Amino acid sequence: MALLASYSLRNLLARRMTTALTAGGMALVVFVFAAALMLAEGLRSTLVQTGSSGNALVLRKGSKSEIESVVDRNAAALVETSAEIAKAGDGAALAAREVVVLINLAKRGTGEASNVLLRGIGEKSLALRPQVRMVAGRMPRFGSSEICAGEGVARRFKGAGLGETLRFGMREWTVVGIFDAGATGFSSEIWGDADQFMSAFRRGAYTLVLVKLAREDGLAAFRQSLEADPRLQLDVKAESAFYAEQSEMMAKFLRILGMSLTAIFSIGAMIGAMITMHAAVAGRTGEIGTLRALGFPRRSILWAFVLEALLLGLLGGAVGLAAASGLQFFTISTMNFQTFAELAFGFALTPGIGLLSLGFGMGMGLLGGFIPALRAARIKIVDALRAA
Amino acid sequence: MSAPVGQQGSGSGSPAIDIRAVSKSYVRGQQTVPVLKDVSFHISPGEFVALMGPSGSGKSTLLNLIAGIDHVDAGTILVGDTDITTLNESALARWRSRSIGFIFQFYNLIPVLTALENVELPLLLTPLSARERREHATAALALVGLADRMDHRPSELSGGQQQRTAIARAIVTDPDILVADEPTGDLDRVSAGEILDLMAGLNKSLGKTIVMVTHDPRAAERAHLVRSLEKGLLIDSDPADQKDHADPALHP
Ligand SMILES: Nc1ncnc2c1ncn2[C@@H]1O[C@H](COP(=O)(O)OP(=O)(O)OP(=O)(O)O)[C@@H](O)[C@H]1O
Ligand SMILES: [Mg+2]
Repeated sequence: MALLASYSLRNLLARRMTTALTAGGMALVVFVFAAALMLAEGLRSTLVQTGSSGNALVLRKGSKSEIESVVDRNAAALVETSAEIAKAGDGAALAAREVVVLINLAKRGTGEASNVLLRGIGEKSLALRPQVRMVAGRMPRFGSSEICAGEGVARRFKGAGLGETLRFGMREWTVVGIFDAGATGFSSEIWGDADQFMSAFRRGAYTLVLVKLAREDGLAAFRQSLEADPRLQLDVKAESAFYAEQSEMMAKFLRILGMSLTAIFSIGAMIGAMITMHAAVAGRTGEIGTLRALGFPRRSILWAFVLEALLLGLLGGAVGLAAASGLQFFTISTMNFQTFAELAFGFALTPGIGLLSLGFGMGMGLLGGFIPALRAARIKIVDALRAA
Repeated sequence: MSAPVGQQGSGSGSPAIDIRAVSKSYVRGQQTVPVLKDVSFHISPGEFVALMGPSGSGKSTLLNLIAGIDHVDAGTILVGDTDITTLNESALARWRSRSIGFIFQFYNLIPVLTALENVELPLLLTPLSARERREHATAALALVGLADRMDHRPSELSGGQQQRTAIARAIVTDPDILVADEPTGDLDRVSAGEILDLMAGLNKSLGKTIVMVTHDPRAAERAHLVRSLEKGLLIDSDPADQKDHADPALHP
């Protein structure tokens, strides 16, 4: 009923300070809760977008991440002959042999060392990764010591900016281009000629072969064609699924960390809500007696106070969520546990996270407010009126 | 029940109240404190009764039993054909919302609601539409002379105005019986006089049966019948106090 709902709301507003403090406590908890979920979501969407649909990765059998994988030259050449691979305009297979190497670079400012992923690419790599776009300079020439860096890397690491030089693999490398890869893991990588990287790091084998499938749903057929050849001990994975898997452990870790933190904090916030609602009931005992005398059943009293607690929780949830939504403007850079390289990603707010956060706030209000509301509904009318 | 305020013209439709051998005690710690001892009396329809007696004599307790917000230990209370001592809690709540109007010493208005909303409150328990509720509440407030104070919060009203708002709330559902526990106990002489005038008017023109607990002899004077309680026993009052008992409508 509108009047009863506004009665609950107005009682909240009437004790402005208590309401603000209690809701503030719940807002903090909801903020942490939402931030953890947004971080996990940001990581997930970054890595999911890293893959393109219709692309497949060929890796050594059993490889969980790129750095574990090795594909030798012969195997790579055999893979590229598969009929399931799309053809480029020039008739060559749309496939790229890539090599992935982790190097240590110093950060700008602090000079602190951190891992960066080098990706040696093939001629077709760029065509296979439409989300990667040069934003400054040009592509490195194949057969040279030229490299290009993802925007995030260029910004965060010494010597990775346009025109600067980096030293690794006992050579000087010149950054001739900066690329933007949107919210994908590639933004945290440095790219150059795969064969140049292999000779610099004395590697005899590639890491993986990236292919564009002739048909979107051609993954199974492609896998079969490779399994049919006993010389090949390789795994075939959809590119997007492969990168999504990479995020799972980290996202799970973030979620569990966030949930355990908020579970502990929420106990405090719920106790706060309980104290507030107990005080509200105690302060309005006479009012409760009056309402009951007028004929309102216990149920109505219970509802009025439960509603008040829910509104309090909703207020806390909304404030916490609003604060958390501001986090979307920040980028977090952290270690990707699977590759041990730096990975930049943001907080992503989804409608689901928003609803979950508001629901969490209301849940805290409900749990904190239910016992006081029950007590309010149970008071005997004459006792309540005498307390007035 | 949904008849507009003031439509009912006489007390003829009101039920009689018959209190028969009612006893009530409160348990305090180990002790049982008897409050009412075998109290019996009859209140005719449309009567204005004052209950007097020293503090602690059980006046409020008796009033609460009549109003159905407390339970007897023994005895029966008949209101019309209904023995309210046999009603279960929810039936009793429904009965109260239809039959009883409450007037309290400290008004007991809801502080966060306006005068109009306070008066509208009991109508939430009726099937009236929001518009009808508003109309009835407005009419009740106009009847107590507060048409120009409808949007004020209780804290913005004087004591007398708050009590008049409470009276509007008590009559908005058009109950047959008004119970008032020291309705003038918190008011100055002038405001008290106005409240008593209002109650006497409701009794006379709308035929409301009124049971009023009071310490104030001037208040008791306005009643047709004064009964006194002493240590839980009903005392036979001086017959000289009984005025126009037989025909309340003839009271000037
Ligand atoms: N809910 C209760 N629990 C315990 N004792 C009670 C309760 N209500 C009333 N009493 C006791 O019952 C006795 C009568 O109380 P009651 O309120 O009816 O007196 P009263 O005549 O209205 O007094 P006053 O004029 O001071 O209002 C008192 O001794 C009081 O302490
Ligand atoms: Mg009393």
